[in-house]
Amino acid sequence: MENFLVEVNKKIHGVQLQSCYHCRKCTAGCPVASYMEYNPNKVIKMIQNGKRDQVLSSKTIWLCLSCETCITRCPNQVDIARMMDVLRQMAIEEGVGAREKNVLKFHEAFLAGIKRGGRINEPMMMVEYKLKSGDLFSDAVAGVEMFMKGKLSLLSPRTKDMKSVKDIFEKTKHS
Amino acid sequence: MKVSYYPGCSLHATGKEYDQSMKSVSSALGIELKEVEDWSCCGASSAHSTNFDLSIALSARNLISAEKNALDVMVPCAACFNRFKMAEHHLKADKELKTKIEDVVGAKYQGGITIRNPIDIIYNEIGVDTLAAKVTKPLTGLKPVSYYGCLLLRPPEVCEFENYENPYMLDKILGSIGAEVHNWSYKTDCCGGSLAISKTSIVVDMCDKLMSAAREAGANCVVTACPLCLANLDMRPSKGLKLPVFYFTELIALAMGLAGSKETFKSHMFDPQPLLKQVGLI
Repeated sequence: MENFLVEVNKKIHGVQLQSCYHCRKCTAGCPVASYMEYNPNKVIKMIQNGKRDQVLSSKTIWLCLSCETCITRCPNQVDIARMMDVLRQMAIEEGVGAREKNVLKFHEAFLAGIKRGGRINEPMMMVEYKLKSGDLFSDAVAGVEMFMKGKLSLLSPRTKDMKSVKDIFEKTKHS
Repeated sequence: MKVSYYPGCSLHATGKEYDQSMKSVSSALGIELKEVEDWSCCGASSAHSTNFDLSIALSARNLISAEKNALDVMVPCAACFNRFKMAEHHLKADKELKTKIEDVVGAKYQGGITIRNPIDIIYNEIGVDTLAAKVTKPLTGLKPVSYYGCLLLRPPEVCEFENYENPYMLDKILGSIGAEVHNWSYKTDCCGGSLAISKTSIVVDMCDKLMSAAREAGANCVVTACPLCLANLDMRPSKGLKLPVFYFTELIALAMGLAGSKETFKSHMFDPQPLLKQVGLI
């Protein structure tokens, strides 16, 4: 069996994580590092040390915003943002799930919206997220106000060729 | 000039002010827009956060559709722009992936069109001098900070935006229409993006930090080119810290005195009209 580091490197398909010399520039520039239990550079070290379960079940990988500041500033071009995507996808595929459950529920509601209409209908997507997460009341007042201002249309135009969109979901299901 | 136009989902809903002002400004500047045929969502953060192939294929479907127009494609939403550039980057760098994605989408990707954002098109194709010459109502009294956010700029080798740590094109555009642009060091900081819904408290902190910094810099408004940044900055900062937030195209439309230019301000969540009245612009 491949070890964790080899597996993650293969999926990143770019600069190897071993190129990191822990200057911590990624962590210094990360806007959400203070909310994470492991800083971005610490995640790299943990992958090198084979801490698979701890990494895949961490909050860190779900709090990463993909703002790409880390890869922009990394002196060795280690693609940390891509690494976070890889780790999230591994957590889903291996049944670990998401430590930050609502973050994944939001993504699921969003993707279900694309699958349904090709384009995101924001009110429908929000209703689906609310039902999935059980977080029914936050933003309710703002939602009503947005609706009154015409920012939430219930009948936004959909993609016509929905078969092509559904095929994309079907054919990438196990990738 | 003529370009393909990919509005993306937000511009039909929460970001409708951006779509409306983009269309009227484009028409006034002689940029003809041809909408990408039967477009679908780019996949945004949710696709790439959970399934890499899905994220590339959803964007590729739209790029392939845009190729039919054989024109540069203008993508106003920073998130869609970023996803398109990212898909292009991977499809051009990885032949194996390209073959796989073409099979998923059921069509060939040529890679022959340029993906552009409207800041780049207005600055580089129209130019600030031409823009300044079309101003009928200079935005005197408006003191914006320009806010580029993340997705137009990063990663730089993918987005190919000028001066990615201290960009200036939006600042120059705003200066040319008469605004007194203030400098600040938060131009490219993150607003919290899609965590606004699922981890709201973090995004409130991030937006509070940005608004405090804008106030400290002496600004009376914030200007952006991203519907996600606008939604977060318009809704999430704490009471007492909020400042009006504009799409840059809304301000160009106002400065050029275009028909309907005052309408888009009515649907902002934090009402910018008191500020605009105070400085005599509406």
